[in-house]
Amino acid sequence: MRYLPLTPADRAEMLGVIGAPDVDALFADVPAAARKTDLFDLPLHAGELEVERELSALAALNRPAGAGPFFCGAGAYRHHVPASVDHIIQRSEFLTSYTPYQPEIAQGTLQVLFEFQTQVAALTGLDVANASMYDGSTATAEAVMMAQRVTRREKAILSGGVHPHYAAVTQTIAHAEGMEIVRLPAAIDAEAAVIDAIDDETACVVVQTPNVFGVVTDVARIAEAAHARGALLIVVTTEAVSFGLLKSPGAMGADIAVAEGQSIGNALNYGGPYVGLFACREKFVRQMPGRLCGETVDAEGRRGYVLTLSTREQHIRREKATSNICTNSGLCALAFTIHLSLLGGQGLKQLAAVNHSRARELKAAVEAAGLEVLTPRFFNEIAVRTKGAAAELVERLLGDGIIAGVPFSRLDPKAGLDDVLLLAATETTTSADIAALKDALAR
Amino acid sequence: MTMMNVGRPTRPEDAIAGEGFRSLSGGRGLLQDEALLFELDGWDKCGVDLPAAELDASDLEGLTRDDLRLPGLSEPEAVRHYVRLSQKNHAIDLALYPLGSCTMKHNPRLNEKMARLPGFADLHPLQPVSTTQGALQLMDRLAHWLKTLTGMPAVALSPKAGAHGELCGLLSIKAAHEAAGQGDRRTVLVPTSAHGTNPATAAFVGYSVREIAQTADGRVDLADLAAKLGPDVAAIMVTNPNTCGLFERDIIEISRLTHEAGAYFYCDGANFNAIVGKVRPGDLGVDAMHINLHKTFSTPHGGGGPGAGPVVLSAALAPFAPAPWIVAGPNGLELREGDAGFGRLTAFHGQMGMFVRALAYMLSHGADGLRQVAEDAVLNANYVKARLSDVMSPAFPDGPCMHEALFDDAWLEGTGVTTLDFAKAMIDEGFHPMTMYFPLVVHGAMLIEPTETESKQELDRFCDALRALASAAKAGEVERFKGAPHLAPMRRLDETQAARKPKLVWREDPGSVAPTP
Repeated sequence: MRYLPLTPADRAEMLGVIGAPDVDALFADVPAAARKTDLFDLPLHAGELEVERELSALAALNRPAGAGPFFCGAGAYRHHVPASVDHIIQRSEFLTSYTPYQPEIAQGTLQVLFEFQTQVAALTGLDVANASMYDGSTATAEAVMMAQRVTRREKAILSGGVHPHYAAVTQTIAHAEGMEIVRLPAAIDAEAAVIDAIDDETACVVVQTPNVFGVVTDVARIAEAAHARGALLIVVTTEAVSFGLLKSPGAMGADIAVAEGQSIGNALNYGGPYVGLFACREKFVRQMPGRLCGETVDAEGRRGYVLTLSTREQHIRREKATSNICTNSGLCALAFTIHLSLLGGQGLKQLAAVNHSRARELKAAVEAAGLEVLTPRFFNEIAVRTKGAAAELVERLLGDGIIAGVPFSRLDPKAGLDDVLLLAATETTTSADIAALKDALAR
Repeated sequence: MTMMNVGRPTRPEDAIAGEGFRSLSGGRGLLQDEALLFELDGWDKCGVDLPAAELDASDLEGLTRDDLRLPGLSEPEAVRHYVRLSQKNHAIDLALYPLGSCTMKHNPRLNEKMARLPGFADLHPLQPVSTTQGALQLMDRLAHWLKTLTGMPAVALSPKAGAHGELCGLLSIKAAHEAAGQGDRRTVLVPTSAHGTNPATAAFVGYSVREIAQTADGRVDLADLAAKLGPDVAAIMVTNPNTCGLFERDIIEISRLTHEAGAYFYCDGANFNAIVGKVRPGDLGVDAMHINLHKTFSTPHGGGGPGAGPVVLSAALAPFAPAPWIVAGPNGLELREGDAGFGRLTAFHGQMGMFVRALAYMLSHGADGLRQVAEDAVLNANYVKARLSDVMSPAFPDGPCMHEALFDDAWLEGTGVTTLDFAKAMIDEGFHPMTMYFPLVVHGAMLIEPTETESKQELDRFCDALRALASAAKAGEVERFKGAPHLAPMRRLDETQAARKPKLVWREDPGSVAPTP
């Protein structure tokens, strides 16, 4: 039992110091009926070699994204992460520390969070950002509830372009808190349709750009319409690399921007852990959820960082807190910040350009194969109309070793969009991948 | 005073002697003073070589930006920047990290290696399930371990952290009540000693919160609970072992009373580490309990996440578990992603990266090892309690504690030293402070959770340091405490100033505080 340092002699000696006859005496408060004296029906301990063998066998049953042509996006994107990122996040001091409750011995984590917050604010074009959320979907639900606190109104309108999982999470959580969630029907170029739904009861409008069908929208007009009725505009982005090319949510009038940050610094990981980005205008900062890191000085006047405005948080305010969130997504935020520090603004812009150019190539190939592309303006993802069910096409192309994308029906089986396939291209997509897809589609 | 004593002195006499010494550069020996990323002159740099691509954004006219200003760094500069920053953190890998209620145990590196296998890490959540059977089997196997260890019939894997798990549990409870026509139950009972997340979560889902009193011996007051249970109560949320580090002796009676009143028993499983392999929460009458994989099952805390908080559910609540569900189909395992249970808590299927790590840990320990984990965790805490009880005041001196030892500040009375001062002085001795001022029911609380991955030698080192500090406090060495920490990368930070006029992002303006010196 390689993770347990105590020897039998240690244990005996320690029991002597405690004055207990045996270790079971320490469990005396457990009702006898609830004490399990025999071993559980589970395997016994195993060495590294055996565990590695068992888990590797499970991993081998999966087909990694990188094993062949691959076009899935829809909220999770396969990007290249520099080797140095994964190396640094495995440093003991980052990996095995906790929430920086003691700032004097956690300046590494805190300064990184301050850099992270600054980067997120710059990407989203907003004043302030928090130290991260669990992921983009929970950040969206939190943003809707924040809008309720700011406006003291109970209704949220979600565009039909919002990722169905994000809409479902918002519906589940915000509804439980008593909000009315109006979700417009899923439709390709749908963001502007929210304008007609805004009324004087509306706390916020939630739109996504690029939306789940890949459509890029200038939401400035939606912002004007929302603000005219006293509602907030929340802009969702699931592909953070798009911030390198597209107008920022803040520049288009968003009050709150939320995003999935996985694309920068983080692997696909079958859906988690990811990192939620959350930014807003400065005047709303005291209604924000989650941890915030702020600058201050120490007793010698040296600049340092601490967790701040914690009177918003559950460990101080308990049932009056702005959110119940405690843990954020620290290590994923660190990976995000390191990767973005390597890229810089220039690099992110170039990375975005490469992504857009790959997607243009993908679009041309899909059209050449005779399929209709439904997305009018896109960044790195397009929606395509398939002949027959998209899920069947994906199944057929799997036979050619190609993972052709995400059938929209997988995200929302009831939308009646069974013939819509979502395909993404990133810098990891090669021209050979695209050519293989084109050939297979044409067959 | 020679140069060699300036860096990070370790003996107390050096500490005091070193006070006030400043290097000429502003750094502290090999511990570099590191500027912010935005001050490193990287405005025109990039540390990633990207394919050349002519940007043709003709189809995005009017939709592109030209205002993004972020610094970049070459790889050596970036590595150095973040490695220097890392050195300003304390970590479990450096020394005992006794944060009560957080279970800061060793993070096995095998877990990290396994989570990075391309078959797990390079897997898209929405690729065809026929190409992810190994991942689904892994989740299914993790579920089997969690269900077996807790004696519960179902588990929802998707919650992303403990508080998210609490949300999952309460939403299941709410859905179950609504399905039974009991939707008018609006109250959740929570002991005063509970984690802040408990009342916050209850309020988050629209319940009103009522507190349950605590007995003098640190447990739920059964009479008070019985008096407050009624037709308006939806659930109770009780941590067991509780936040005082004690097992709720009357737990079976608590669950009986709760069920009798038609309410559900939510157990906060933050402290499951103390009983894993020894006690099944299902046998105690628990209806729902989250399990922090980053506590009991050793996934890294990562400077504050990512965590993972699967929730085990009783048969009554299982039908209300959130999507997705893993179900067996004709061609293997499938994901039921539609309108299962009360809805959806997160995009995709949860913290897969943490599932791999947790299962690696479970397989490593096995049924026998996990039992030893609980026993050693409890033994270590009781050893610390025994070794410190004559110089500090245990909050509940009678009987054993579970996995954490709780002290109050009665023993500091008259010394001029507070719990905060004492904690900060521990930093000078090379240890992370314990959890302070929590639970709220104990004055000046100091909650010490050593975990099972500490050796006796490290525990003795820790206890010796605390005993020495206790003597110093009682001997009137107030400055040692008030000025602490003296030897950390930073002196005590001004949290009031940070909150008064929050500065949350770096800006290119002259108003920012200049870097030291």
